[in-house]
Amino acid sequence: MSTARVGVVTFPGSLDDGDAARAARVAGADVVRLWHADTDLSGCDAVILPGGFSYGDYLRCGAIARFSPMMAQVVEAARDGLPVLGICNGFQILCESHLLPGALIRNDHLHFICRDQRIQIENNTTAWTKDFPVAHEIVIPVKNGEGGYVADDRTLDMLEAQGRVIARYVGGNPNGSYRDIAGITNESGTVVGLMPHPEHAIDTLTGPTADGLPFFTSVMSFLNSAGHRTDAHAGVTA
Amino acid sequence: MARILVTVMLKPEILDPQGAAVRNALGRLGLTGVNDVRQGKQFVIELDGDLDADRDALLHKLAAELLANPVIEDYRLEVDAQATA
Repeated sequence: MSTARVGVVTFPGSLDDGDAARAARVAGADVVRLWHADTDLSGCDAVILPGGFSYGDYLRCGAIARFSPMMAQVVEAARDGLPVLGICNGFQILCESHLLPGALIRNDHLHFICRDQRIQIENNTTAWTKDFPVAHEIVIPVKNGEGGYVADDRTLDMLEAQGRVIARYVGGNPNGSYRDIAGITNESGTVVGLMPHPEHAIDTLTGPTADGLPFFTSVMSFLNSAGHRTDAHAGVTA
Repeated sequence: MARILVTVMLKPEILDPQGAAVRNALGRLGLTGVNDVRQGKQFVIELDGDLDADRDALLHKLAAELLANPVIEDYRLEVDAQATA
């Protein structure tokens, strides 16, 4: 079986595309760098939308990236089951694209925050969290100015009832996110948005922990199980 | 020429930390009785020619899809009659 291809999209103003690509590579992926203006997913089996300030955060974070040619491809493919992980600005783009419910607004304390953050993984059945043990607590960096997750009560209750809150802040909420939500998933568990940064914590040489790596190995496990590969690159899966 | 004003505000139920900070600043600067401040944004759009029905419909669509995020924001669209010839 060929190696799974994981795409990392670079928008003007993306910052963490390099680390996201490295994390996917360390997890064993064949990494493909994708450009916002391109219209071809290059046969990727999964896509990561990295952190940063796409289009300068103009208008609203992620609002302009949502209309980029590459996002049109990602949105369409995600609706057909393509695993997509949006980290920080990527999470904002997923919400603006309506692939995930809710929105991310200015931190309640108005300050940019950058610190190592404890979070608890609450759903280990998604394409991006299946390698975590149940209710596992990890420490990875969080760094955002507009990371407050908001949605109406009905949406929040629905997310909780369906187990779609995949991670919650522990030991202090860094940005005023409703119900301490750090990450959510879509109905099928293939699209995940996460405000903290697992790609900055894949080894202890450069990160506070290696706790972030399972996000990237999870999608490899998911893709290597039968039926989740893009046909063009799946090779012989039987 | 037509000038259109699109005002975008956070929905009432969404926390507005910036508005709250401005409210506090107004109080510090001596303005009494400030109950609430909500901060929004306004787009001033100038078009060549008249705002015909097609462009009016597209403008409403884009106000809802691009200028405002309907998950957290409401918008109001008005034609600036004084500037519109």
